[in-house]
Amino acid sequence: MNKLRRKVYMTAGFNTVSMGTGRKEFHPKKPRPGLEHYIREAGRGTLAQVGGAANIDEGVIGNFMAARFNSQGNLAAFIPSIDEGLLWKPCTRVEGACASGALALATGVKSVLAETAEMALAVGVEVQNTVKAIYGADILATAGWSQERRTGHAYFFPGKFSDRAGAYYEKYGRERTRKAMARWYRNAIENARLCPTAQEFENRTADLEAVALGEPNPSSFVDHLTVFDCSKVSDGASAIAIASEEGLKRAGISTGDAVEIVGIGQAEADLTVPPADLTRLETTARAVEKALASAGISVGELATVETHDCFTIAGILAVEAIGLAKPGEGPDYVLAGQTARGGRVPFNTTGGLVGWGHPTGATGVHQAVTIWEQLTGRAGKSQIEIPKDRPYGLTVNMGGDDKTVVAIVYRRG
Amino acid sequence: MDYSERLENVAVLGAAGKMGSGIVLLVAMEMADTALRSPSRRFVLHAVDVSHAVLSGLVKYLREQVQKAAEKKIVALRKVYADRADLIDNSDIVRQYVTDVLDIVRPTTMLEAAAEANIIFEAAPENLDLKLKLFAKTASDNPRQPWVFTNTSSIPIEEIAGKARLDGRVMGFHFYNPPAVQKLVELIRGRSTSDEVATFATTLCKSLRKVVVPSADVAGFIGNGHFMRDLLHGVAEVERLAATMPFVEAVYSVNRVSQDFLVRPMGIFQLADYVGIDVCQLIMAVMNPRLPGANLHSALVDRFMALGVGGGQNHDGSQKDGFLQYAKGKIVGVYDPNAKKYVPLSDFQAACDARLGPLPEPAVAWKDVVRDKAKDARLSQFFGALKSVKTSGAELALAYGARSREIGLKLVSDGVARNADDVNQVLLTGFFHAYGPINAYFG
Repeated sequence: MNKLRRKVYMTAGFNTVSMGTGRKEFHPKKPRPGLEHYIREAGRGTLAQVGGAANIDEGVIGNFMAARFNSQGNLAAFIPSIDEGLLWKPCTRVEGACASGALALATGVKSVLAETAEMALAVGVEVQNTVKAIYGADILATAGWSQERRTGHAYFFPGKFSDRAGAYYEKYGRERTRKAMARWYRNAIENARLCPTAQEFENRTADLEAVALGEPNPSSFVDHLTVFDCSKVSDGASAIAIASEEGLKRAGISTGDAVEIVGIGQAEADLTVPPADLTRLETTARAVEKALASAGISVGELATVETHDCFTIAGILAVEAIGLAKPGEGPDYVLAGQTARGGRVPFNTTGGLVGWGHPTGATGVHQAVTIWEQLTGRAGKSQIEIPKDRPYGLTVNMGGDDKTVVAIVYRRG
Repeated sequence: MDYSERLENVAVLGAAGKMGSGIVLLVAMEMADTALRSPSRRFVLHAVDVSHAVLSGLVKYLREQVQKAAEKKIVALRKVYADRADLIDNSDIVRQYVTDVLDIVRPTTMLEAAAEANIIFEAAPENLDLKLKLFAKTASDNPRQPWVFTNTSSIPIEEIAGKARLDGRVMGFHFYNPPAVQKLVELIRGRSTSDEVATFATTLCKSLRKVVVPSADVAGFIGNGHFMRDLLHGVAEVERLAATMPFVEAVYSVNRVSQDFLVRPMGIFQLADYVGIDVCQLIMAVMNPRLPGANLHSALVDRFMALGVGGGQNHDGSQKDGFLQYAKGKIVGVYDPNAKKYVPLSDFQAACDARLGPLPEPAVAWKDVVRDKAKDARLSQFFGALKSVKTSGAELALAYGARSREIGLKLVSDGVARNADDVNQVLLTGFFHAYGPINAYFG
């Protein structure tokens, strides 16, 4: 994508709690709030910060598989339930597996660029605890090619990323990679402990790396990962407003309270073709390259990154795909502490998918909300310092096994 | 007849009972797993019980439990069904496995169906006459010479072999309650039990991933040999304490001490209720005349049974009231046989707890240590501290632990158990204790 033809901002982010195992209030056998609740809570959280529904011209909702998790389609029609002021406004639902959230952002950005909206409301949502994990695995497997499901692993996506981890161990060494994955886990949980909406907020495990270094058990799970290498099953929603300068002005929001979208890159791979090299996230690399080019910045100018660590190995592969480490050197970068909150480029400062949670369709929006909080000084206890000479934030949201990827570059407005 | 051929036709007598239903579940899954490896064979399990009502309860239980088991072993099942083009999602595979297991099970009230089996598992109530009647109709003079695995927890196997004319082909195969959960199987060979039968039993236990402890063919075996004497110690303590306090307070105190102070999963009277006071009475009635001088009898148990207070479980698995009264699985009262009613715990609990005194610090709860690899150090510290506090709770607990140890050692010296490890293994894996009775804590 070329340089944006008009300034586009994001502001007024809001996250619900990421609900699931790990949260004290979560009981698998007790009734829980459904999709409606999460959409309304997140949507209203954003509306309250933009002066209400009157300032919203359009709604976009990202969701992966409510049709199966919740027997629910036509999600765009939940947007007016957020506020009656949204009734009769144009609304769209988008789906791109776990990248649905960022597709909602991209769709809102395009509306603002097209000048059909001065301010769009983007919501991402998923409510997945409606089924046991082994049946959730069936539903999430639809992010892959259905023709591969029968021969795939019972836990389809953990199986896919276990294969990637196995190939990576083979090529670059197992021990160092496992250690870096354990460090990734520790960073994720330590960051989540600073964010009250995070699913792992209450995690009290003393030695996180020791826990994460347990050996995988292929007879009950996958060959090369343990459950600590995986993001959890989550219910949650996030929302953010996407606006032009005009849209911000109308809502009485200064650009300093918003982040500017300075670059955006999208890339799509063929679902029916397996990755050429399991040790690389090629689609991610292409999307990030486009985003950085569109922003006109180099990777060295990034202050912070929110990446799609559905698995710890995906986090390490993303470090390489983004270009912060050469192929095979991602583990060193992580083990040197560069991605930790005190490192050169803090990653996933509220826990990412492993620590904050992964309500699939909400994740892309959640990442944008975290970057907005960090760049505008709203991140509370998880706040990091943003260096003046490299003020950029990056989000990378991935759908399926590196198939649908959206990367966005932000700077404080 | 090899292992899998032998498994082709099995019967379970008392199939809908709490032990029988667990045995049906485990054996039917083993048969289905074997069938999936040898698809040309037909496998049948006759699930025999007295009424259609209890059998439909069995089918419901099986469906739920097989589904849970399939969910747990989904990774392996995907490989088993790998050549089935029609099974795609995990949900398809789980459904297919439930169907495959349930297709093997033939619930029936016709005892005659068991006569065609190669193997008969017997899980009828602990009553020798009843068992003999069942064997007479299914196994005794059957020219097919079926093997009999009895789940008796107390009746000597050789006595059954003689009275039921089952020489060589009967063996004690004692699952613990609930069979699907407790790891232990006590295997008891009678004098005449053939090597072939014993080898099969061991192979089956291995397939079921059970921990096997062999017991000598002595009434009560190891498990009840310990449990009944342990219970009688609790009863004796209650009778002693009841001289100085109300009966319900004595029961509460001994039950609490035998749980919290001894770091056991439940107190002795809760365990008696869980097993069933009626079952305890039947077991003692089997053991007492066969073990001269052991004095395994309780007037208190007989009195409760005469009052119709029996414990045990409802069909949904919930606990029936016995010595103790339960609400949602929690103890809420204690039975007073004089007043013939339950006295709410709230009337006396605080006073009893004060009398027993506090648990030594750092307190150790059973559920926290049972899976802890470093539990020995924690328990040593806890029981060490228990010895230094002079409370009535500590005193009762130390006497209880010492008695339990003495019972365990006697089982070894009497030759019922081969060694101390076997006794401890039974308590660890059959009763879910965190430590065995033969230990250094109370030595």
